[in-house]
Amino acid sequence: MSPTPTELRGVAKVIRRDILTMLLEAGSGHPGGSLSAADIIAVLYWEVMNIRPDRPVWEERDRFVLSKAHAAPALYAALARRGYFDVRELLTFRKLKSKLQGFPDMHKTLGIDASVGSPGQGLSIANGLAIAAKRDGKSFRVYCLIGDGETQEGQVWEAAMTSAHHGLDNVCAIIDRNRMMGDGDTEKIAALAPLGDKWRTFNWHVIETDGHDVEQLLGAFSEAASVKGKPSLILARTVKGKGVPFMENNPEWHDKKVTEDLYEEAVRALS
Amino acid sequence: MAEMGLADIHHNAAKLEATSRGYERGLIELAERGFDIIVMDADLAGSSGTGEFRKRFPDRFMDIGLCEQDMIGTAAGLALAGKCVFVTTHGMLAAGKAWDIIRSTICYGTLNVNICGADAGLSAGAAGGSRQSLEDVAVMRTLTGMTVVVPADSVEAKKATIAASRTPGPVYLRFASARVPIVTTDLTPFTMGQAEVYRQGDDVSVLACGVVVYEAMRAARKLEDEGISVRVINCHTVKPFDRAMVSRMAVETGAIVTVEEGASIGGLGGACAEALAQVGRPIPMKIVGIEDRFGESGEHEELLLHFGLTSRGIASAIREVLIMKANGARGAREEETRSR
Ligand SMILES: Cc1ncc(C[n+]2csc(CCOP(=O)(O)OP(=O)(O)O)c2C)c(N)n1
Repeated sequence: MSPTPTELRGVAKVIRRDILTMLLEAGSGHPGGSLSAADIIAVLYWEVMNIRPDRPVWEERDRFVLSKAHAAPALYAALARRGYFDVRELLTFRKLKSKLQGFPDMHKTLGIDASVGSPGQGLSIANGLAIAAKRDGKSFRVYCLIGDGETQEGQVWEAAMTSAHHGLDNVCAIIDRNRMMGDGDTEKIAALAPLGDKWRTFNWHVIETDGHDVEQLLGAFSEAASVKGKPSLILARTVKGKGVPFMENNPEWHDKKVTEDLYEEAVRALS
Repeated sequence: MAEMGLADIHHNAAKLEATSRGYERGLIELAERGFDIIVMDADLAGSSGTGEFRKRFPDRFMDIGLCEQDMIGTAAGLALAGKCVFVTTHGMLAAGKAWDIIRSTICYGTLNVNICGADAGLSAGAAGGSRQSLEDVAVMRTLTGMTVVVPADSVEAKKATIAASRTPGPVYLRFASARVPIVTTDLTPFTMGQAEVYRQGDDVSVLACGVVVYEAMRAARKLEDEGISVRVINCHTVKPFDRAMVSRMAVETGAIVTVEEGASIGGLGGACAEALAQVGRPIPMKIVGIEDRFGESGEHEELLLHFGLTSRGIASAIREVLIMKANGARGAREEETRSR
């Protein structure tokens, strides 16, 4: 049974709160880019992806590659809340000997489909998985979440050519278009606009949407699934730090430490 | 020789600072002195040590975005046009992601580009294995004409930065973002390519580079109480490697331990082993480093301990190498007796 949009919004809120708790406990990590991805990840893990949390390595499962790997807390929270592992594990994030490494490690964490870390590399991995699926006659789809700043990496565009050239309609990339990167505004550092047009010229089916509106996201994912012969890109307009007003659109919160006081304030703002 | 020109690190109160702060001060000093330098960063100005420089000299600074490869290629062009360029990114992104560009454009052209690996070694701490830069020294060392320097603290980092601006050809400077003890002072001698003896001793030589020089000094103090006399050498320049120094250590102390905050394959230990094997006098040696594995999440200090890179781990490697040395001496005596 599918969750309702209201339920999905509730899930995203829980993920956001988990993110803040993990970052408080860890004393380091990336709040802004984790919060901006929460709705996308909620929609993927609670509705869009064909997965079985009780069988994490089920061969037919849809795959997810977190190319913007610094948003690991958002993914870990989703996996824990979907039952891949105990929610209490979240409190060990970034600590010595934890299953939850700073950047996802598939050998340590159940539910991670690919170990990732260095920005720019995820879409190539997604392409490889998608090509293998086609060769093996499997119907699983591959989702890949990319940061907008991350698309400044050259490998992203090499991969974009590969997906289109091979007609990988089982690849769906999502760009978390929050217009911020580590040092500030993407358009002031290395302008990306018009980003949708760039991907269209690369022969992708591009769907522009509000990345915090679960209904729009659901629509975008189902449109992507219906496209044949081409990879799809969901260009999701988001806000870095979404849900916590003092973090929103503030590049400092890319990787600033969440302190006890600010944590209380942030959690209050969420609810 | 006493520990001349070294900071007082007898107490735990040693001052702590990220070595990238020294990089920042070096860059600022160069610009203030009117050197025509250009500093580049790839979306890490917040943490790599270029933040203050960006504020003070915006026309000498360029943040190119998440484009490490393009940054280093662009630096090559700037260098061709006569500029002295400093490019800044994570150690592993310079040494890994941009390695081919450094090799085929910068080294092949012997261009004057200074490559600064920030947040290297285990500094990335809690971020874990994918981000920690353990292999950078080894892979940069293999590049033709590349100079590789690993400063021990922020004071030395500043000297290395300024020296790099005068060193012809490419230089790789490796910095830590973790706050680490300051062991040197403005007066401590620093010459690129020349290892410095920081503490005299006769039983064994410890050759260290980077933030673990401090740990090597502590290990030496600890072992003094056990009657073991340890010589400590800061080998900040891993390439060109100071072979003359190592031959001397081999003859004078007869045993060597190397210590580095990185992979035990191909780094300082590798350089030292290559040199020793070729002076025709192989001696007992131990390489203290991280053995063929990725790092993992944890605090920097915790990780140093976890991987045996604190004074405790170094002291046990020293005891082991001394057993090897004693066994060797015994074997030699027995051989002599037999041949008589
Ligand atoms: C190859 C590489 N470049 C840079 C970094 C440091 N870094 C990690 S995330 C990031 C900014 C990413 O910006 P964006 O993709 O827009 O992510 P978001 O704003 O969604 O957090 C930077 C500079 C890194 N870890 N690896």
